[in-house]
Amino acid sequence: MSALRVLSAGPGVTAQDGGRRGYLRFGVTAAGPMDRLAHAVANLAVGNPAGAAAIEVSLGGVEATAESGPLTVAVAGGAFAVTLDGRPLPPAVRLTLEPGTALKLRAGAAGAWCYLAVAGGFDLPDVLGSSATHTRSGLGGFEGRGLRSGDLLQVAAGRQARQEPGAIVAPLLERRPDVIRVVMGPQDDYFADDQVAAFLAGPWKVSARSDRMATFLDGPTIAHAKGHDIVSDGVAMGAIQIPGDGRPIVLMADRQPTGGYPKIATVIGPDLGRLAQVRAGTAFRFRAISIVEAVAARRDEAALLTRGIAFEPVIRRELSSEFLLGLNLIDGVTGDRPGD
Amino acid sequence: MTEAPRFLDAGEAALVVEFGEIVDPAISDRVLALDAALSADPPDGLLELVPTYRSLMIHYDPLVIDREALVARAGEAAARASDGARPSVRAWLMPCCYDAELAEDLGEVAEALGLPAEEVVTRHAGADYRVAMYGFAPGFAYLGGLPETLAVPRRRTPRPPHPTGAVMVGGGLAAIATFPMPTGWHVVGRTPERLYAPERAEAFLLAPGDALRFEPVDVATFRALERRAATGEIVAQAASA
Repeated sequence: MSALRVLSAGPGVTAQDGGRRGYLRFGVTAAGPMDRLAHAVANLAVGNPAGAAAIEVSLGGVEATAESGPLTVAVAGGAFAVTLDGRPLPPAVRLTLEPGTALKLRAGAAGAWCYLAVAGGFDLPDVLGSSATHTRSGLGGFEGRGLRSGDLLQVAAGRQARQEPGAIVAPLLERRPDVIRVVMGPQDDYFADDQVAAFLAGPWKVSARSDRMATFLDGPTIAHAKGHDIVSDGVAMGAIQIPGDGRPIVLMADRQPTGGYPKIATVIGPDLGRLAQVRAGTAFRFRAISIVEAVAARRDEAALLTRGIAFEPVIRRELSSEFLLGLNLIDGVTGDRPGD
Repeated sequence: MTEAPRFLDAGEAALVVEFGEIVDPAISDRVLALDAALSADPPDGLLELVPTYRSLMIHYDPLVIDREALVARAGEAAARASDGARPSVRAWLMPCCYDAELAEDLGEVAEALGLPAEEVVTRHAGADYRVAMYGFAPGFAYLGGLPETLAVPRRRTPRPPHPTGAVMVGGGLAAIATFPMPTGWHVVGRTPERLYAPERAEAFLLAPGDALRFEPVDVATFRALERRAATGEIVAQAASA
């Protein structure tokens, strides 16, 4: 059976399937990908189900090789710098990884997370119905922890056909991060109108101390009208809580299932990955939309995924600037962008 | 007839059914009654239910069930659950060792309350509890039913990790913790029961809504029960209440 050997990994690189379902009521964090759409694209590109286990790569990057046979792998997500034995490749790509060759993913032009999927999926133990890693509780994934140099991940049986690298044509991953859509509530009545207006006016910047549990925001301070301690209630992914210091925190994939601060608004599902990909220091605003609009956006995203993944040949270039130009041309011919 | 709950949106895929804003056994009972009703007869598109002291969060797929249909369904279920007789719930008699060797913080709790340790044990083991919710960490069960006379504040700074099966009080509440971790609560006892066993059909023994009493056991009995629990046996006694 083939396997993937981790040659090096920065902090925060973990195995994630679609997330743990059904155990929030027992206090168990769902985990799963920060950017569900990119995770799904990487999996679909190698013929896996959208929610199969893949490696979530942080800005710390990862380097890996194949053992005991070639592996068909795909990379998708933020615009990471991808190289195969030093040869630059597009940031969204499918390729064959041979034993003895090294695939390197490093922080690139944009984005904060990318996904490395392998045909057949990684063979990881099932913990409460999922292989998603929650490092804080040491649950799931690869020994309940982040990946590090030397780790060997077994690959479940899958067709590992040798093929030339193909750029993944994924205009659906080109999501503008400047506006993040929210549904107000559940505790927007804990804030006076001028504070809700200040929240929507922003602008906000993602703080560098953000992680898989929470995205911390820098911007205006939001004051509470009725105090900042509430009796805990449920917390959805994307909940924007305002703690005592008035600085918003967006609760993400590794959030606890319940929490005790008022939540002024909730990021809509289709914009969670978009927010996750915002680099520290990049400015954006929130825009409030209705439930009906949010559900329509969710329907659009689901429809995009059912269209399947298309590939373009990778044009060999010696200079990386020309190579990037070539990428833009490829993207330019695909035309229709997902509406938002 | 009781007051209708509030329906609050937590995005387009989660609905909060809120019965109140405080910790109150009557509110918790209504949350758990709705949780039980929707668990027994879940509408298509319902993904997960997360009860808390004050509210029930319903995670749902809005492409399968729309918000208005879910609100209608949850509203009817809440009205029926509030008006009807309290449904029978699973009840556990949970062995608990209050010996100082395992009840690491019992002495300081007794001192803070100005009661002899034996009296704290008598009152703690004499009360009827209910699993109101899990939260904070995997397997951390918050219990309703702690006698008011056992209300002590939480610690100013966390204590070192408690062992598995820690039975705790703090902040006027009771809890039972499945996994070791540092805590601001006080450990007043320990159960030999395996609260989490991934090989069991129900990995977590205690479900939200379950009723619970503690049965004091000595250290020797605790060790014997712990050995039996390690073989996969459930050593707590279950009954319907």
